[in-house]
Amino acid sequence: MMNLSQDVVVDTGAMSKIRVRELNFYYGKFHALKNINLSIAANKVTAFIGPSGCGKSTLLRTFNRMYELYPDQRATGDIVLDDENVLSPRADVFRLRARVGMVFQKPTPFPMTIYENIAYGVRLYERLRRSDMDDRVEWALQQAALWDEVKDKLKQSGMSLSGGQQQRLCIARAIAVKPEVVLLDEPASALDPISTLKIEELISELKRNYTIVIVTHNMQQAARVSDFTAFMYLGDLIEFGDTNTIFTNPSNKQTEDYITGRYG
Amino acid sequence: MDWRYFRRRATNVFNLTGSVIATLFGLVWLFWILWTTFAYGISAIDWTIFTQNTPAPGNDGGLANAIVGSLIMVSFATLIGTPIGILAGTYLAEYGRTKPIASTIRFLNDILLSAPSIIIGLFVYELIVLRVGHFSAWAGAVALAIIMLPVVIRTTEEMLRLVPDTLREAALALGAPRWKMITLVAYRAALSGVITGVLLAVARIAGETAPLLFTALNNQFWSTNMSQPMANLPVVIFQFAMSPYESWHALAWAGSLLITLSVLVLSILARTLLRKARMEYS
Repeated sequence: MMNLSQDVVVDTGAMSKIRVRELNFYYGKFHALKNINLSIAANKVTAFIGPSGCGKSTLLRTFNRMYELYPDQRATGDIVLDDENVLSPRADVFRLRARVGMVFQKPTPFPMTIYENIAYGVRLYERLRRSDMDDRVEWALQQAALWDEVKDKLKQSGMSLSGGQQQRLCIARAIAVKPEVVLLDEPASALDPISTLKIEELISELKRNYTIVIVTHNMQQAARVSDFTAFMYLGDLIEFGDTNTIFTNPSNKQTEDYITGRYG
Repeated sequence: MDWRYFRRRATNVFNLTGSVIATLFGLVWLFWILWTTFAYGISAIDWTIFTQNTPAPGNDGGLANAIVGSLIMVSFATLIGTPIGILAGTYLAEYGRTKPIASTIRFLNDILLSAPSIIIGLFVYELIVLRVGHFSAWAGAVALAIIMLPVVIRTTEEMLRLVPDTLREAALALGAPRWKMITLVAYRAALSGVITGVLLAVARIAGETAPLLFTALNNQFWSTNMSQPMANLPVVIFQFAMSPYESWHALAWAGSLLITLSVLVLSILARTLLRKARMEYS
């Protein structure tokens, strides 16, 4: 294989972390993603936008093979993470999910304590001494900007937190296993404006250490947090590029119509 | 007043009255039964019930051997039925889902759920009692386990289905293998509901008579030997109530009250837990 990880994304010179090549996706007979090609830049935020049903969440869920849970869903093509094709049957799905974390639209705290919520994922991969685990839990909660709010109630149920706190707990839980990529599936759509702001600030912080891919139907949010934006429509990738360019000077008429609110 | 509105109002009053009367009609019998059980049972209960064994015809005595026998057999039935039921319910909710085999199992389970318990008794009689050559507490426990099985399977599946798929996805997205997702996340989320199912199943088998008549039969004496016939409350009640002796009648009432009370306690416990389970996930 050629030195593909040196691939350049659009014209920014950023290294690509994930390269998607000729990806097609099917829900049963329904062709949901049509020949998608794009690269996700390392340590940048890439946003997927588009109207409901355009395939943006579907595309995100191929990156950690989440779709595999459902027997009638399948993907063809290549998704190369660094230099490993994650869609290959030989790729280990557990290792893949350790490298590619995910946070969902609705906060999904597990029915256990705040501490255990974080430790659960870590224990899947590492055997840590109690004190090391304490440190890891604190570190993850710090990263998710939640530590100060919960440090005195780590033994309380994760479900006792507010929606915004729960979502940051889920981000902490994903980060605790030290992934390389974090997938965010409309992470703020169920939250109030202040919690949303906190999540957005967090995303800007996190991109220093992680490659972030975010699905959002909030265009202002995409414009605020992302470096690159992909606009999708009916399973096609219509336009992909630098966020500034996409929002100020889109080259495609459909993109422009969507950005300016003429449909979607 | 417009006659149409009058007619509507009259129909409403008529229907409302009818349904209230129907409800009262149904409840009257229930309260009658409960009242009689309590009235006769309370007067028959004293400490000797728990300390003495079932007496010979016409004599005074207690129900100690029958109480212990029921406890032993219900416990063994629960030990056999619960793990199998929970595993089967887990298969239906987590692995089988919409597969044809799962639908078939679900359908058969529903039939088993409403199968008359006497048929289960006869089945175990054929399967164990005839082969071994005598009645035994093991056969009784197996029959009760078979009766509780469909209840546990059904509630386990339903409670696991209350757990949102997003929670499952969240656990799997961390890289958890499926069995760890189920044991550490799904079970924990459905715990109080699953316990409710087990409690309801125990309540269901606590008063079963027919299956025990064909399997554990009865024992006049104190016995904790699982390979021998064993005394138990439902069969003792059946036998004593049919007898002509006053002292036996009193013991039958006392036994009825004990079973009624234990079922009541189990049901209240189950309802409380269920409310908790519903509140957690819905």
